[in-house]
Amino acid sequence: MDLRFTIAVLAGKAAAVISRRLGRGGTALPGLVATRIASDLVSRLGLQVPRRVLVTGTNGKTTTSQIVASVLNAEGLTYLHNREGSNMVRGFASTLLQQTGPRGKLRHHDVGLFETDEATMPAAVGALAPNVIAFTNILRDQLDRYGEVDTVAQIWREALAEASPDSTLVLNADDPLVASLGSDWKGPTHYFGVDSPALVADVASPGDVRWCSRCGSPLSYEQRYFAHVGKWACSGCGNRRPALDTVVTDLETGLDESTFRIDGETLSIPIAGAYNIYNAAAATAIARVLGVAPGAIADGIERVEPAFGRQELVQLEGRRLRLLLGKNPAGTDQLLTFLASLDGKVTPLRVAVLLNDRFADSRDVSWIWDVNFEVLAARVGTCWAGGERAEDMALRLKYAGWPGATKVVRTPAALLDSLVSDCDEGTDVFVLPTYTAMLDLRAELVRRGAAQPYWERAQ
Amino acid sequence: MTVTLRLGHLYSEAMNVYGDRGNVIALQRRSEARGIPLEVHRVGVEEELDLSGLDILLVGGGQDGEQMRVAADLASKGEQVRLAVDAGMPMLAVCGGFQLFGTKYVDEGGAELTGIGVFDMVTRHPGGRTNRCVGNVVLDTPFGEVVGFENHGGRTFLGPGQQPFGTVQHGSGNNTKDHTEGARRLNAIGTYLHGSLLPKNPKVTDFLLNQALQRKTGEQVELERLDDSVELAAHRRAVEVAKRRR
Repeated sequence: MDLRFTIAVLAGKAAAVISRRLGRGGTALPGLVATRIASDLVSRLGLQVPRRVLVTGTNGKTTTSQIVASVLNAEGLTYLHNREGSNMVRGFASTLLQQTGPRGKLRHHDVGLFETDEATMPAAVGALAPNVIAFTNILRDQLDRYGEVDTVAQIWREALAEASPDSTLVLNADDPLVASLGSDWKGPTHYFGVDSPALVADVASPGDVRWCSRCGSPLSYEQRYFAHVGKWACSGCGNRRPALDTVVTDLETGLDESTFRIDGETLSIPIAGAYNIYNAAAATAIARVLGVAPGAIADGIERVEPAFGRQELVQLEGRRLRLLLGKNPAGTDQLLTFLASLDGKVTPLRVAVLLNDRFADSRDVSWIWDVNFEVLAARVGTCWAGGERAEDMALRLKYAGWPGATKVVRTPAALLDSLVSDCDEGTDVFVLPTYTAMLDLRAELVRRGAAQPYWERAQ
Repeated sequence: MTVTLRLGHLYSEAMNVYGDRGNVIALQRRSEARGIPLEVHRVGVEEELDLSGLDILLVGGGQDGEQMRVAADLASKGEQVRLAVDAGMPMLAVCGGFQLFGTKYVDEGGAELTGIGVFDMVTRHPGGRTNRCVGNVVLDTPFGEVVGFENHGGRTFLGPGQQPFGTVQHGSGNNTKDHTEGARRLNAIGTYLHGSLLPKNPKVTDFLLNQALQRKTGEQVELERLDDSVELAAHRRAVEVAKRRR
């Protein structure tokens, strides 16, 4: 073992201790320090895990990984999993370092589960030589950071062209651009998808894939679920949604859970929102490729806990706050479709929408105008606009026809005060924050003793 | 006054990347708030455009691939659009749409794409993604202060007589050098700004509506004043953010 690697491991572990003492989550710093010293650290540690799974895509990475983790638990397999907010290579390094002894030996885990930022995917594939690479979807997101959907797809194609065909690609067949990754792939593929009219969103968000990747003719849809995701076919050549290896049908959704069928077996998942069905489908596909028994897959799905900020339920002085992370048009439209489906179950709806514009959120707030807030116009009783760009959100909600006098509360503390004073005990409040707005809000909830810090939550 | 305004949204499917829908919504809400219904007519690639039946024309920005498809189609509609602009029709072309309203666009490989020449300007792409102009922008315009967000690779240079939309106070503008932003010809506005542009800049929205109504009715029109406190709060906040972060 060379000295540089040893120093990197020790320095990274020391950084983790310091970072934790300072009360930070310590998700990025140790990895940053260690990979600065030894750039091959992630490979040297990561390749010690016998089976490695990479999950990438615009939406659903975290929840998909969360479900896979629960399934692995049910199967009795040990795993390591990079935590929230650390889906860049230095984040992998931090996760791996936590499980590494001072001599650079990783504790045994059966599976390594790595959530990967879209733009990090090529580096992650290079460093980890994954057995499974799963793609959830590719949607309009943070144009100021990632660029256009076509740009991201091109980055993925180039990375896959250089990857070893030993990996199995797990692909969302319903997303034409993701599905197209399979046609050039020389190794094995596993396609998942959904056949259920219940998933069709009330109003489709704008799609960014309109043309056949093979012949350039327009795509048409037998069923379009959201954005450009659905049961598609090319109007020109014979290209169409690939045959499904894992297919979800008979979807039914409620406030706290959904039920659906996979290959005839009925499953339930304790996370609401039709959109989470794709995450269940992706997780099932990954588990099947890993050879997990069907019984363990069903058990794992039934026992999964929501990832933090995604359908997370937080009790605040007797009010039930449901945190629903909404960070791009397709994701937020799906949240609104979910809220619209609660008509008659939760009335009147109380909804707070929190908009930040930091780097991790998208500095450009234009995207809120692509979201169909209009679908809730007649259903919302009370609403709040929060976050650092609360005023932009208030204007969006005004033009969407949400009830007048949206309360503008920029800080998390002011928002929580307002929620408590305006809502009776026992009421449900739905809070839709962008990524950093969610972190800010959770920090305030932690300060008030209503939630646990994310790095103390059990994996 | 029983008038209905007709808004043409050109390439609404292909060119809608940066919240362009927000501009449609703003025109609609502010028109309806004055009791004037506003119909939206979507016109796509290979569909017929009849400007004589429209009062305002809007075109947004698209992904690069879409923009190439659109450029060819727009060429066939160019003559009609130019004539309508000269006749005073209000238009708004944002980002990619704005670039195609110029005389030509030269991509990073040096290939030239001919625009429809509503504005006398040339856009050149310097290549790479590293030096895109991305960020919040504040302009000085004849409509007062205008705020928005830019995200463009191409650098646009206006011809000698070409009027800009505004002067850059914060941000990059057309080309990072000459402090111009966008272009203006009569009632046609071209700009890189989204954010979306019109919701937070109600004076620009009302200018387009006002011109549309005057052309339609042939009379001087004074738009009823609205309570703009929510619009102006969003405007002020965006300006604050632009000034604080580069």
